[in-house]
Amino acid sequence: MAGQNIHVSISAEPVFHVGSFPISNSIFTSLFVSLFLVVIASIFRFKFKSNNRPSSFQNVVEFIVESLYGFVHSITENTKKTKLFLPLIATFFLFIMLNNYVGLLPGVGPIMVKEPELHAISLAQQIHAAGLDTAEGHAKMAPLFRAATADLNTTLALAIIAVVMTQVFGVMHLGLAYFKKFFDFSSPIGFFVGILEFILEIAKIISFAFRLFGNIFAGEVLLIVMTYLVAVLVPAPFYALELFVGFIQALVFSMLSLLFFNLATKSHHDEEHHEVSEATVTAK
Amino acid sequence: MQDLAIGITMGLGAIGPAIGIGMLVSKAMEAIGRNPEATNKIQTNMILGMAFAEAIAIYALVVALIIKFV
Repeated sequence: MAGQNIHVSISAEPVFHVGSFPISNSIFTSLFVSLFLVVIASIFRFKFKSNNRPSSFQNVVEFIVESLYGFVHSITENTKKTKLFLPLIATFFLFIMLNNYVGLLPGVGPIMVKEPELHAISLAQQIHAAGLDTAEGHAKMAPLFRAATADLNTTLALAIIAVVMTQVFGVMHLGLAYFKKFFDFSSPIGFFVGILEFILEIAKIISFAFRLFGNIFAGEVLLIVMTYLVAVLVPAPFYALELFVGFIQALVFSMLSLLFFNLATKSHHDEEHHEVSEATVTAK
Repeated sequence: MQDLAIGITMGLGAIGPAIGIGMLVSKAMEAIGRNPEATNKIQTNMILGMAFAEAIAIYALVVALIIKFV
């Protein structure tokens, strides 16, 4: 049957141990992506010159920052809030997009290492670790690299960060009155709406995590199956689809978190009318 | 039997989101036709709504993948 030679595993396998802490292949890959982002940012920080003929590298970084700033500002319409939200939103977008694209690089998936068994003490465990009891006769291999967002752990962590920061930003802007949303004692209906709001927050975590995980993991499985069936030319449109999906999912994740941040910090003052009218006056 | 379950899960799970996305995009096209100046705003919100609707199909896909590979 077709499924025998395909190696697909929903959970990320550990590839080595640091002490007794297993490092999975997705953590390993996301370390490289984080390192890449930090190195680019540090290089830019120290070579940044405010002149009228920027180098191409500076141009690209400025373009990215400017478009992200414009994107965040178009939704919040408030300079103070934009400066507060921009670091986290930009990090979500760049981290998720780069992690999605790393899953498409050659070598991510085919390069395999032997899965380490930490404590193979009994004879049966040692035989299993050496792979002598499996049908193929060699040890259980696992890919060394794997897109971090194809692992439910990463996406769940990102989702929890997004929802927790919503509450934090809400409290920062509205004080403890933010929690009145959940505990509304003015009427029985209000009480149930408060409970529903609470459940909605949990549902947000789950939907964020599964949307990103499902899209990227399904893309990986699709590419593996397509490449297995016809190895030449046919996977090309699916790679294009994966490029598109990777970008869109990063955009959707950051846009959704931005919308939730904005909603949580929305106060019922008139300061927003002041900002909006100021913006329309300057736009004319 | 397992293959049947996988096929039915994914097939039934894709009906709802497909109808939802179709309705969403048709209303967005209508709105763009009425007011071509607001195309950018409408398009952005349409993509956002599509991501929500597609997420439901993705849940069905994840269940199908879990049945197959776990």
